[in-house]
Amino acid sequence: MPDWILPAITFVPLAAVAVMMLMPADAESFHKLTALGTSLFVAAVGVYMALEFDFDRSGELQGVVDERWIDIIGSRFIVGVDGISLPLILLTMLVVPLCIIYSWEHFPEPHNPKAFLILIMILETGMIGTFVAQDLILFFVFFEVVLLPMFFMIAVWGGPDRKYASLKFFLYTLFGSALMLVAFLSLFFLAEDSAGEALRSFDLRALTAWGGAGLARGTGLLIFGGMLLGFGIKVPMFPFHTWLPDAHTQAPTVGSVILAAVLLKLGTYGFVRIAIPILPEAAVEWAPWIGLLAVIGIIYGALGCLAQTDMKRLIAFSSVAHMGFVMLGIATLTDFGINAAVFGMVAHGLITGMLFFIAGSVKERYHTLEIKRLGGLLVQAPRMGWMLGFCVMASLGLPGLAGFWGEFPAILAAYQPANGISEVTFRVYMVIAALGTVLAAGYLLWLLQRTAFGTPSEEFADDPHVHDANNFEYVAWAPLLALIVVLGVYPNLLFETTDDAVQNSLHPCLSAESVEDLPEGVTCSSVFELDDDLAGG
Amino acid sequence: MKFLLAASEVPEVSFTSDVGGGFNIILEYVWVIPLIMALSFAVILFFGKSLGSIKIGDSETPASSTIGIAAVGTCFLLSLWAGAAWIDHRDNFPEADATSVLEHGGDGEHSDDAEHSDEAEHSDEEGAPAYFDGDGAPLVDASVGGAGAAALVEAGEDGHSEVHASVAILKGFTWFQSGGHEFTVGILVDGPTILMLFVVTLISLLVHIYSTDYVHGDRRYTHFFAFLSLFTASMLFLIMSRSTVQFITAWELVGVCSFALIGHWWEEKPNSDAALKAFLTNRVGDMGLLIGMIILYFAAGRTFDIMTINEMAVAGEIPRNTLLIAALCLTAAVMSKSGQFILHTWLPDAMAGPTPVSALIHAATMVVAGVYMIARLYPVFFEGFAISGSSINALALIGAITVVFGGMLAFVQDDIKKVLAYSTVSQLGYMVMALGVGAWTAALFHLFTHAFFKAGLFLGAGSVAHSVHSFDMKKDMGGMRKFMPTTFKTFVICSISLAGVFPFAGFWSKDEILVGTGGWGLFGGSGGSNGAYTLMLVMGLVGAMLTGAYMTRVIYLTFFGEFRGHGHPHESGKRITIPLVILSVFAVGAGLLNLPPGFITGEEAGWQERFGHFIEPQSAAFPPIGHATPSYTLAIVASILGLLGPAIAVFYYFNRVEARSKVEGRSLTELPDGLTSRVPIAKAGHTLLAEKYYLDHLYTDVIAGGTKGPVADMADWSNKHLIDNVIDTAGRTAVTAGQFVYTKIDQPLVDGAVDGAGKASSAFGDELRKSQTGKVQQYAAYLFAAAAVLAGVLIIVI
Repeated sequence: MPDWILPAITFVPLAAVAVMMLMPADAESFHKLTALGTSLFVAAVGVYMALEFDFDRSGELQGVVDERWIDIIGSRFIVGVDGISLPLILLTMLVVPLCIIYSWEHFPEPHNPKAFLILIMILETGMIGTFVAQDLILFFVFFEVVLLPMFFMIAVWGGPDRKYASLKFFLYTLFGSALMLVAFLSLFFLAEDSAGEALRSFDLRALTAWGGAGLARGTGLLIFGGMLLGFGIKVPMFPFHTWLPDAHTQAPTVGSVILAAVLLKLGTYGFVRIAIPILPEAAVEWAPWIGLLAVIGIIYGALGCLAQTDMKRLIAFSSVAHMGFVMLGIATLTDFGINAAVFGMVAHGLITGMLFFIAGSVKERYHTLEIKRLGGLLVQAPRMGWMLGFCVMASLGLPGLAGFWGEFPAILAAYQPANGISEVTFRVYMVIAALGTVLAAGYLLWLLQRTAFGTPSEEFADDPHVHDANNFEYVAWAPLLALIVVLGVYPNLLFETTDDAVQNSLHPCLSAESVEDLPEGVTCSSVFELDDDLAGG
Repeated sequence: MKFLLAASEVPEVSFTSDVGGGFNIILEYVWVIPLIMALSFAVILFFGKSLGSIKIGDSETPASSTIGIAAVGTCFLLSLWAGAAWIDHRDNFPEADATSVLEHGGDGEHSDDAEHSDEAEHSDEEGAPAYFDGDGAPLVDASVGGAGAAALVEAGEDGHSEVHASVAILKGFTWFQSGGHEFTVGILVDGPTILMLFVVTLISLLVHIYSTDYVHGDRRYTHFFAFLSLFTASMLFLIMSRSTVQFITAWELVGVCSFALIGHWWEEKPNSDAALKAFLTNRVGDMGLLIGMIILYFAAGRTFDIMTINEMAVAGEIPRNTLLIAALCLTAAVMSKSGQFILHTWLPDAMAGPTPVSALIHAATMVVAGVYMIARLYPVFFEGFAISGSSINALALIGAITVVFGGMLAFVQDDIKKVLAYSTVSQLGYMVMALGVGAWTAALFHLFTHAFFKAGLFLGAGSVAHSVHSFDMKKDMGGMRKFMPTTFKTFVICSISLAGVFPFAGFWSKDEILVGTGGWGLFGGSGGSNGAYTLMLVMGLVGAMLTGAYMTRVIYLTFFGEFRGHGHPHESGKRITIPLVILSVFAVGAGLLNLPPGFITGEEAGWQERFGHFIEPQSAAFPPIGHATPSYTLAIVASILGLLGPAIAVFYYFNRVEARSKVEGRSLTELPDGLTSRVPIAKAGHTLLAEKYYLDHLYTDVIAGGTKGPVADMADWSNKHLIDNVIDTAGRTAVTAGQFVYTKIDQPLVDGAVDGAGKASSAFGDELRKSQTGKVQQYAAYLFAAAAVLAGVLIIVI
């Protein structure tokens, strides 16, 4: 893969921002066309990247650029893409232009497309940058870059309670980021190379190769804990999730879509890319707790959904439950579970993104999202109603649609987690997670029944504002809907891409059946309980 | 997709294949059948409305239904072809000793990335059976070789390969991979598949034709036919599933079609309520399905392949306890999908959907998916529940209870479809019970015959309702035989068949189940080696009595007496009556496919036992089920008992009620001073508790007058107030808990803690409050400062 691709997809949106800044705000079509053109260009380069990507070596980093950056702190500009980040990058590139198309005709109040689109472009740079970064400081910078545009998007274009929501979002995430940065710094100072010399590097590849060898147990646990908080808040994991419903409810439609489709994945991606590969031993010790929070999130999120009276808030709460499945998959520390998690990230991005789009369109027509005032959407806007029904089915994990492949394999993986993790504990989690699928069906179908079925309330029965989906909406939604079906029908498109990379990211000690299975020169600490197995078998 | 590479690449496999090019080619291509229906769904959904109507001859018919009928008609013909090909294939297949060894060149376990990445879609390497040269190229992993045998090569974990012969045909491609294992989606064609293929396509075809009249002018005609197509596709996908994930997928898809069709008229809340109830009740069972399949996945050495799981279960390579737990989990799924007591409550409510849907989905096909699943994974249940012993197991018990409880509930319904729904519950109980006692063939045989007469009954009920615009037998029916002679005749024929009267289809299949229980040697029969399930025999006989009686009641209330409704009912059109006639022909004759040996001709030839011969899997992946020896004594006793129920019902209705009607000068539906009004409920409760006494009643006073009264009322009450209540309460509790958690915990505590933190930090100064009004950078500065302090702490600690 040519070297220029990754820097290009990362920074082209930023170049567009520079151009847009120079033009006055009333040149609206210019800004719209520039933003759309840029995002489509990035998407086109993304397609080219996918074509150039060597899927036979999807486990390795490709298109790597490794340049000097900030010598003084030992940070380098390293980017690369492998089978885990590729689908997430493509998802980002897909969602951004769709969001621009969706808001083409109706930017939320106070309008100002220039500023709005500039923020989206900055977001795109931040999101893609996070997924390609292979240096911890670079990762951190991009991770933070994402924060500001989203903050402004909620604070300026949001609902009535936007100030509170945006601050809460900002506060929460930043708090986590700080701890994450501390964890990164500790790694910088503590990592060693194979000869026992201090590594003094933020290079993810070198840190992964180090794998926490020789690190004191308590230190490893603390560092992992820092990252757990940083990433966990972003996911969000119970009990750090309360920013999410507020942020989603107040954010403009497009903000909610990007938040759900991509931003939440930055957290889970952090676990898969950074925390687990670098500190596998600490991960094993943390796993039962992560799993516990994950299943609590599944049930708690579902119960929260059942109590909601606002459609958008309900969908937001459902994210807590769905990300719980992703985290459960990650917590198993097995290739099966993490594959499921990556699939779950993409599927959740498509499905929940779609649900937020529909909620936004419902809001635009009815000027309310209060569930008890809605009803009969299928009568008034039949196609939108069917699309809502479709997304509800996808969201509750119907096999044949994308959601299933994030959910079922994650539940399955919990039956037999990685070495060193209690099977009994995770089997309990498995049953709880399975119960979560029942609750999910409950709240989602209940939502569908109350909003789409029945007849319209008197209030809206003759409302001329209520019409079926328009062309902008069809264009913005069709790719998402199609992908939900395609990935659901032929999941290998994604699994095949991620599998090798996921296997490479996992320490051999996590999956080896006995000491004999280990590659040359690898020894496992007692955390993995491999010796016990040997004694027993 | 990749299927298209199929047969031409077979030569890699080193034996000749008569499936490859000849008559039997359909067996490798049966996946075309669901694909046709899926395409039909897509075309109807996206173009059905815009295509408008098509002119055929003089009449205009809507394009959507025409497309659907053409598709399902094609599928039916293909199924017939597949059936004929299967008979040919099966007859040419050498019996158990045929072990055509297929050299297995590759590594049974998964191979490295480098090896397979290019051929990922072509190879089938999940540590499961592989049927091809491991170099990757051949896609067709099943081959029908020698005299048509597919050799099954299994690479054991310890490296040695076992070779088995299987009559089944397997094909597929990689659906997904994870952890280096690849998982296949594809087809598994054997006897049960062929059987279901015929049943599903035939009944779907008849229902399609029937529906063109029945839902004529409906507000969502197009959607109705789109979902009929999708349902048919999903059901066909289900029956040919070769892996458990594929099975789960199809299982959920048929559920979703059921949801959509129950809620077809979703403007009315009761309909959407019923749809939700069906879906959610099934989801509860699906928990068991997911967990059960997960357990089997790990128990069978990380594979979803049904054949491998079965083989390992038969060979005893999976611990019995594991199988027991898996089987119990799967039983939960059977209980919801196949309407077994106590998860059956959704099924009667599901009658809110259009009647053709009730016939196709909620009688003949989808609800037997649970039965089919047990039949498919029979080794798991057989070994897990130790069915070859005679200890009572979960399946037999649940089935037996369902037979009786379902049947009793049918007595107190006024809605003709609900009677039939409870009857379906009861008949599904027979099938599950049969599987529980080891009578595998009998269960599938009953599934087969039941599909015809029950679909016939539902469609007949629909025909009557179409004419009188109501399902209420007491208020709006009566005397319909005068107006609808064809419907009347076919309904009676199907009822007799359902009641199991010699020599109708229902008799043969029910008798085989009863014999299969192996209960009571005194009847001279035996359940083969499957032990003696006396209780199941009793329950089966009781069920038989109930069936005839409640059907007599239905026939009297619907077709006899005087018309109690309004308007001028008339016979339905040909598109409704012809399917009825066809189904009633099957209801009479389908039983001849499996005459017991020695019957009529006295030797094993011709039609005798052909059913078992073609349907039973012959491979190492099927447990050693015993075959029952039929007993004339039992057949006669069962027939007498089976006729006793209807006889009493006939006496009650056709003598007593009829006579009283004449006295009162109006058409009565029951005696005004019957048992119901004289016997207090309390006494009924007592009767129910003292089970022996209850049984005595059952045989003496009884059935028509008595069971119809207190006992069934009690059952109905418990159905509505106990079981339904639990589900409702569970739902309500979840909402309450959700509200509680949200209002009492989430908002004040968790959220409060966050808000509290914010408020606490505001104590640092008023500046912060200003920052909340817009000075973000200041706020950020504070945060960074706070984070820096925390960071310092952390660094010092480290």
